[in-house]
Amino acid sequence: MQLYLPIADLPVNVFLVLAMGAAVGFVSGMFGIGGGFLMTPLLIFIGITPAVAVASVASHIAASSFSGALSYWRRRAIDPALAGVLLCGGVTGTALGVWTFTQLRALGQLDLMIALSYVVLLTTVGSLMFSEGLRALLRTRRGALPPRRTHNWIHGLPLKMRFKRSKIYLSVIPVVIVGIMIGFIGAIMGIGGGFILVPIMIYLLRVPTSTVIGTSMVLTLVTMLFATMLHAVTNHLVDAVLALILMVGGVTGAQFGVRAGQKIRGEQLRLLLGLLILSVGIRFAVELVIQPSDLFTIREFGASG
Amino acid sequence: MMRGALALLLVLLLGSAARAERLIVSVSNHRVTVTPNYSGEELVLFGSVEKDATTPADRTAYDLVVTVMGPRADMVTRRKERTFGIWINTDYRQFLQVPSYLALFANRPFDAITSPEIARRQQVGLNNVLLTQRVSGDFADVVPNDVFRSAFIRLRTQRGLYREDGSAVTFLTPTLFRTGIPLPAEVPIGTYEVEIRLFANGAFIGKTETAFEIVKVGFEQFVATTARQNGLIYGLVTAAMALMTGWMASIVFRKD
Repeated sequence: MQLYLPIADLPVNVFLVLAMGAAVGFVSGMFGIGGGFLMTPLLIFIGITPAVAVASVASHIAASSFSGALSYWRRRAIDPALAGVLLCGGVTGTALGVWTFTQLRALGQLDLMIALSYVVLLTTVGSLMFSEGLRALLRTRRGALPPRRTHNWIHGLPLKMRFKRSKIYLSVIPVVIVGIMIGFIGAIMGIGGGFILVPIMIYLLRVPTSTVIGTSMVLTLVTMLFATMLHAVTNHLVDAVLALILMVGGVTGAQFGVRAGQKIRGEQLRLLLGLLILSVGIRFAVELVIQPSDLFTIREFGASG
Repeated sequence: MMRGALALLLVLLLGSAARAERLIVSVSNHRVTVTPNYSGEELVLFGSVEKDATTPADRTAYDLVVTVMGPRADMVTRRKERTFGIWINTDYRQFLQVPSYLALFANRPFDAITSPEIARRQQVGLNNVLLTQRVSGDFADVVPNDVFRSAFIRLRTQRGLYREDGSAVTFLTPTLFRTGIPLPAEVPIGTYEVEIRLFANGAFIGKTETAFEIVKVGFEQFVATTARQNGLIYGLVTAAMALMTGWMASIVFRKD
């Protein structure tokens, strides 16, 4: 069934988009991530312009992280104080990100920047995650104990604050900086940033695993809602029809993903996720390096049309 | 002064001579509506060449060129070049107020209809249509084989938005003709101008104009307009929709 997308300005097959939403939802439920880094490239692949894809995926991630955050809230697995501090940074970062997005779009370099940030971010995070998962897997094979967690330089910073539910005593400076960073790249790349935020919170900020996913989902939810608003007001690029189809597919797929994820061991899950992220990054890198089939592109500008 | 008056007289004389034939045309639908499941359609243009008493008797074979122009827009064409091993947009040209849809149809190949000079003046064929570029502050069209111009036409043609066909116009009788106007799925909305030019023995005889309109209707048009005009409300509604969907999913799939 064909449906015309009002903002993306092209007809798409509803079932194809629904299936894409469900597939990405499955993966996101399985790994406990938003899945934006898969959804945005897939949309670009079916012919939606990167700008519209990034802006529309923001609202899709908001929906899936809201349903996730609600169930974590019921289980009291969210640290409100930590989420609040992260959000101060997150909202600032998102505003900066949308502003940069608008500037790059005017310069005609937006598509390049989206692709470049995907390559850099995904290959780095993907290979880190992959090697970490591999090491953890080998460790459990040998029956060795995981290395003891030690405090690092981050825990020596001033402006310390007590986060009761996470039972940590931490400076607000790194938390706000992490928030800004996630908000910024989220707005530019159309990702929630959960797959970067969760490792940073675990390894750098030493947030306990009990509250980490729920709290990161709150940050994702608010930054993505804010990004949706800003993209809608400044660039008029949010396709609500597209977003709705993605949401419906996404939240459904996620439920089955969660069940599948519970059957797989943690290290294997990290290994798989690392591989997935790495392959998306490499896919973007290849596209940048090989000669495009057409060197020319056209875009309308100005008020008309 | 005298020369000017003479020239004017000449133009008037030629003009009246040129009006020996009249063109009468009509399109099958003056208002095309794009609905959510629109996947392209074809309009039909009918017309006839009406002769009158002043028409020279030897005029039997006519040639027709139909030009369909969609709403005009400013566009920019960018060229990628390899920089530091990756492909980056480097050079660009702006095309100002060019038709978003452009179709040229004729009953035989464009270069066979008339001389290159008249073809250029009457904008016959994609190579002769005026596409104004801004070249470092100047406004001008360039030679047809300019790389940006030909890339622009090629890309628009690939999307079905620019086309030329030297055999699309068919004469049903020596004076009655028809042609189809294919409109692709991603057709721009707005007013479309149709110009029909009549040639005989290589000479331009006259032209007539008509128009049709493409409008989007229904829900999706409402969405597009709201997004452009009330960005804030649109954003709020989309955000609320996201929250609703998320909330409903957490209710529906609640495990306990």
